[in-house]
Amino acid sequence: MTRNRHLQVFLLIAVIIATQLATMLTDTQHYLTQLTMSGYYALVIIGLCLLIGYAGQISLGHAGFFAIGGYTSAFLTTYDLSPVRDKAFIVLLSRMGLLVSTEDLYGGQVLHLHPWAAFLIAIICTIIIAYAVGGPVLKLKGHYLAMATLGFGTIVYKVVLGTEGLGAADGISDVPGFTLLPGSEVSGKLSQRITNYYIAWGLVIFGMVLLLNLVHSRVGRALRSIHGAEDAANAMGINTGRYKLNMFVISAVFAAIGGVFLTHYNGGIGPSEASIMKSVRYVAIVAVGGMANLWGALVMGSVLNFLSLRGYFGSYDDAVFGVILIIIMLFTPEGLLRRDLFSDIREVFGTGKDRGERA
Amino acid sequence: MAILDVRDLNKSFGGLQAVKDVGFRVTAGSIKALIGPNGAGKTTLFNLISGVLSPDSGTILFGEMPVQGMKPHQIAEKGIARTFQHIRLFPKMTAIENIMIGRHTHSRAGFISGMLSLPGTWKEESRIRNRSREIMEFLGISSLAESESTSLAYGQQRIVELGRALACEPKLLLLDEPAAGLNMKETAEMADLITKVRDLGITVLLVEHDMSLVMNISDEVIVLSYGEKIADDVPLAIQKNAEVIRVYLGEADA
Repeated sequence: MTRNRHLQVFLLIAVIIATQLATMLTDTQHYLTQLTMSGYYALVIIGLCLLIGYAGQISLGHAGFFAIGGYTSAFLTTYDLSPVRDKAFIVLLSRMGLLVSTEDLYGGQVLHLHPWAAFLIAIICTIIIAYAVGGPVLKLKGHYLAMATLGFGTIVYKVVLGTEGLGAADGISDVPGFTLLPGSEVSGKLSQRITNYYIAWGLVIFGMVLLLNLVHSRVGRALRSIHGAEDAANAMGINTGRYKLNMFVISAVFAAIGGVFLTHYNGGIGPSEASIMKSVRYVAIVAVGGMANLWGALVMGSVLNFLSLRGYFGSYDDAVFGVILIIIMLFTPEGLLRRDLFSDIREVFGTGKDRGERA
Repeated sequence: MAILDVRDLNKSFGGLQAVKDVGFRVTAGSIKALIGPNGAGKTTLFNLISGVLSPDSGTILFGEMPVQGMKPHQIAEKGIARTFQHIRLFPKMTAIENIMIGRHTHSRAGFISGMLSLPGTWKEESRIRNRSREIMEFLGISSLAESESTSLAYGQQRIVELGRALACEPKLLLLDEPAAGLNMKETAEMADLITKVRDLGITVLLVEHDMSLVMNISDEVIVLSYGEKIADDVPLAIQKNAEVIRVYLGEADA
């Protein structure tokens, strides 16, 4: 089983490299931009897949966490600290090397927080908010949990849309690049296009390895048992509340990391990233991928997001994901990518009588 | 020595008093049965002991420790495991995986070490698996290890559920109608298994309607009626108890 897992990861790495080479050979390197962005969305989706498919907890608010990550990082790396540069706290930050000084368009000096520091703060904020929201909300089940997380998503959306300091409807732009190592930064610069593709997909590989390990561990087994029969899991000594909460926070962190990196890559973030339709899209993709199927979620997440970002769905973009969600729930609630798919198709076109039971 | 000492336990749901001033002791290493007509409060009592419900008043001493009002997972950690009247196996998991869940309280790997797949977790995984195999062997269901739990025959599912509870290495095992839905042969096998479990030194408290099972294997029997304890004695005395015959056993069966 372990060898099988290694093989799958190697296959993923091979596909990622092959895709990059293919774009080079066919002179379609401009696809790399959307492929990079799909990589960051894929991070959100694999984290959500573990929460929904394995732990059995729905969230319609993960675009909120994506936005919390992205906005925190965007705000902190663009907010000009030079007017308060003499304050003791700012001097301290400066001494610690956490500030960067750049020139703005008019040649003035601008002082702002280093992207690494902003990244860490964004993740810490996400963890705190996820614990605060998840604590009470995860006591709910089924539709009620869906409604509550939807409420959380709506709040984040309305807050970023209504806050002047976060650019209101325009969002935050001119977010600087995020220098990971000297010579490689997360940004939209043309010279960094291939580097960024590998940064995004390197993160996806890393995330997949972590989550696959988790699925096949004691904790993964416990999460699946909660999904199957929560009362029995509890009677076996599993603190189901804590497990659900931890999984919720981990999936929120995956979403926030995607948000931070995509914001630096795009050089900005707008309120649409926090919208409900984004959350619905993530859930739809996890559903198409096969709920408890990390690989399915990854494949569907990359393909559908890529198509969407290339504009294949035109102005029906959101509608397409809504329709996908409805069709999946009606016909194959356990998702498209799974082994017994074909027997199911036969069933749907045959009698299809016990469809409801599988839901 | 009593491993479980229940005193003056009360629980009501709205106007209905499901458990009324119930007190009893379970001797360590014995099998004690809890019988009574439907609605007598047996399952409620089980749920109070296993922490699914918390009592309105009264104490439950496990060993010397009060455990009333604790959460189910805390009670499991203290050494009380249970099975369910309506089998609650984990679907989409194999029989051995179900039993491996029972090892939860005896293993440690958390989210971080699981994600990083630290070498310590591999050793722990193989320990969990080996111990689960031993338990399946003990119960004579080794051949079912890799079958999906919910696809097994009903009687086999009951035994897997028993195995899952045993994997917790409990001091006290609560069995909620272990023979429900089993045929006579399966019931006899279940009775053998329960005595085998007792012989391991595990105390057993069970709720059961099958009187042949109860009278054959129990050391003591408690009878509940409308939430109250009406008798608590050895099986032979229970069978002769006029009150018990009136409310439960019935004249013809006696």
